Amino acid sequence: MRARSQRMIMVAIAALVLIGAIGLALIAMRDAVILFYSPTEIADAPPALGERIRIGGLVEEGSVVRPADGGADFRVTDGVGTIHVTYDGSLPDLFREGQGVVAEGAFHSPDTFTATTVLAKHDETYMPPEVAEALREGDVWQGESDE
Amino acid sequence: MIAELGRFLLALALALSVLQMMGGWRASGATATLAGKVSANAAYAALVSVVIAFALLIVLFLQSDFSVAYVAGHSHVDKPLFYKIAAAWGGHEGSMLLWCSLLVGVGAALAKFALNHDVSLKFRAVSIQGGLQILFLAFAAFTSNPFDRLVDIPVQGADLNPILQDPALAIHPPTLYIGYVGLSAAFSLAVAGLIEGRGGAAIAAALRPWALFAWSALTGGIALGAWWAYYELGWGGWWFWDPVENASFMPWLIAAALIHSAIATEKSGNFAGWTCFLAIMAFSLSTLGAFLVRSGVLTSVHAFALDPERGLWILAIMTIIAGGGLALFALRSGKLGSGSGFSLSSREAFIGANNLLLVTVAGTVLFGTLYPLISGALGDTGISVGAAYFNFTAAPFLAALLILLPLAPFLPWRKQGFNRRLAMRSAVWILAGVLAGIWALILGATPIAVGAAAFAGWTLAGIAADVWHHRVIVGMASRFSLAGRVLAHAGVAAIALGAVADSTGRPETVRALAVGETLEANGFMLTLDAVQRADGPNYLADEARIGVTGRSLTELRPQRRFYTAGETTTREVAIRSGVGGDLYVSLGEPRTRDDGVIAYEVRASFNPMVWLLGLGAMLIALGGLTAFVGNVAAARRRQ
Repeated sequence: MRARSQRMIMVAIAALVLIGAIGLALIAMRDAVILFYSPTEIADAPPALGERIRIGGLVEEGSVVRPADGGADFRVTDGVGTIHVTYDGSLPDLFREGQGVVAEGAFHSPDTFTATTVLAKHDETYMPPEVAEALREGDVWQGESDE
Repeated sequence: MIAELGRFLLALALALSVLQMMGGWRASGATATLAGKVSANAAYAALVSVVIAFALLIVLFLQSDFSVAYVAGHSHVDKPLFYKIAAAWGGHEGSMLLWCSLLVGVGAALAKFALNHDVSLKFRAVSIQGGLQILFLAFAAFTSNPFDRLVDIPVQGADLNPILQDPALAIHPPTLYIGYVGLSAAFSLAVAGLIEGRGGAAIAAALRPWALFAWSALTGGIALGAWWAYYELGWGGWWFWDPVENASFMPWLIAAALIHSAIATEKSGNFAGWTCFLAIMAFSLSTLGAFLVRSGVLTSVHAFALDPERGLWILAIMTIIAGGGLALFALRSGKLGSGSGFSLSSREAFIGANNLLLVTVAGTVLFGTLYPLISGALGDTGISVGAAYFNFTAAPFLAALLILLPLAPFLPWRKQGFNRRLAMRSAVWILAGVLAGIWALILGATPIAVGAAAFAGWTLAGIAADVWHHRVIVGMASRFSLAGRVLAHAGVAAIALGAVADSTGRPETVRALAVGETLEANGFMLTLDAVQRADGPNYLADEARIGVTGRSLTELRPQRRFYTAGETTTREVAIRSGVGGDLYVSLGEPRTRDDGVIAYEVRASFNPMVWLLGLGAMLIALGGLTAFVGNVAAARRRQ
């Protein structure tokens, strides 16, 4: 009988831990989920000002301005919509005009996206899936192997 | 010719694996027979074939044979010799060949070393391993053959991604893969034990050394990857909760749970079903990791290629492995026998708590990693889960783990273990925890970090007491098992401390500097003295000479490299390591100011006590290996 009640206690502890984990996961997920928007989607239904989001597309040719004191201003396009992005951090080494890019940050004014992080695509064969999707919808996508 | 021979050997290894599986199956259930010999020799021959195939792939790289698609895609005539060799496993096809080679190696090792006192179980495991080899060799041969030829032969080759041309990254994948694939031995032994209807204790004893070895290698592989990310990506971080990092962390957690629960199962038969379940899950999660890395379904800094077809193949293989293993488990776990039962404050209960916490963390990491896929399937595409989720969900459980960790070695098996002596002993540890908390407070840590430091102090004091008590006072019989336990546990505490210290670091300073200008970072004055050319064999480079004054005088030389073949720019950070931490400097792009002066972007940060993380990982891996050696030696003595 004693062994049985001890087993009950152990099961109860395990259940508590698991319920706690599920609760924590659900609470954390609410704040940690970051939505991805393509330039077109932002034109159609702009996110709230200050909401932390990710945007992605191609860096528009000829749009990059690099101030002498660091950071960059550029436009991200998916062929239909365009977003003006301002960024005062260090650009990734793979950042180039005409290449895929993902930026994380928020709109602090309706027409300028303030990026806190800029991720450029990692190598020749890789395109972030969200960017590829956005480009396909914008008809800029050239197919799988256009190198 | 060489490529064709490689193709042939790959197919031969596949055929030999079939022989290994069938022979092994026939040999089990009977005493050593001809079938057993056939199976074992097929396993050895398969190993010879894949090793030669792999050597041939390296030869193709050394010859820069660009008629082979994989070589053309990952090498270049100008590349240094070392990276020509490392490129053999730097891309998808080559790394699959490495995976297969190791899997076959595990098969041969099982045939040679495992369970020579229980031949029936041994050959059942060799047979299961043969089945795993067939799945992956077929995948490599039919969808990812590194020996495929190109129709249009390029002159120069595309070069390996420059950030992968790095010593740590050359040995990171093999080490990691030894860990991933080593877990297949535990899988095969657990499945074989379930089929044979062996008791839990026998299965646990059989799989424990394999799990220990694989887990140690996995630790080393993950640590090398984190180290590489720290100094090569140039972001200053070492863990990003990237899907691919998570993919290696989940099997690590499950394997850590496994090596603990297997001890209890071997000792008293408790957790028998659970140990088998963990063995099945550990290798299934390894395969899931391969799927996540290879398929490109998740946005990751590591994604090799966007190839859903290969992803589906691996998903199918994973379904067979996990589904088959778990179905068998459901059918046969009744035969494992039940344990002796144990009290709430016994060693078993604490091992159970350790397992509960580790598996819970693995579960929340799995949920967070796969959440973008789940929500994508529900029509809500393009979601990413931030690092905050993982920190928030993992931290409380890992903290609980640190609290319970030092108590467990002082508890007896089965019996009630809390007494006044343990209470008095642990009061001293509480004092150590308080001191560590005060130390973190002085460093300026956040409240959470102060708490974590306190837990780590408590844990370290408890580990010291473990050494003192069990070595000096009691004189514990096995030095290896005590040393392994203490090293690995101290490593966990060191990593906790390192993570705490790291979180107290201040944000980096970024400024555009012309030659002669200075920036201040964490008490150091950094002056850009000069920028000069420092070209390498396959890249052009600018090298900055940055004089550091402040707490010490030194010169740092970060580089900015341009790899001509792939037209990619990378940065080589310069790090000055000290006891207090790392001064971490990277060189960004040059900009021209209005007056024509060229200024270089310099990023500097001070990362406190990063060495604790490296030390911790080394201790954990070393502890695992020590326990492995002790376990094997003990098994030898018993025979």
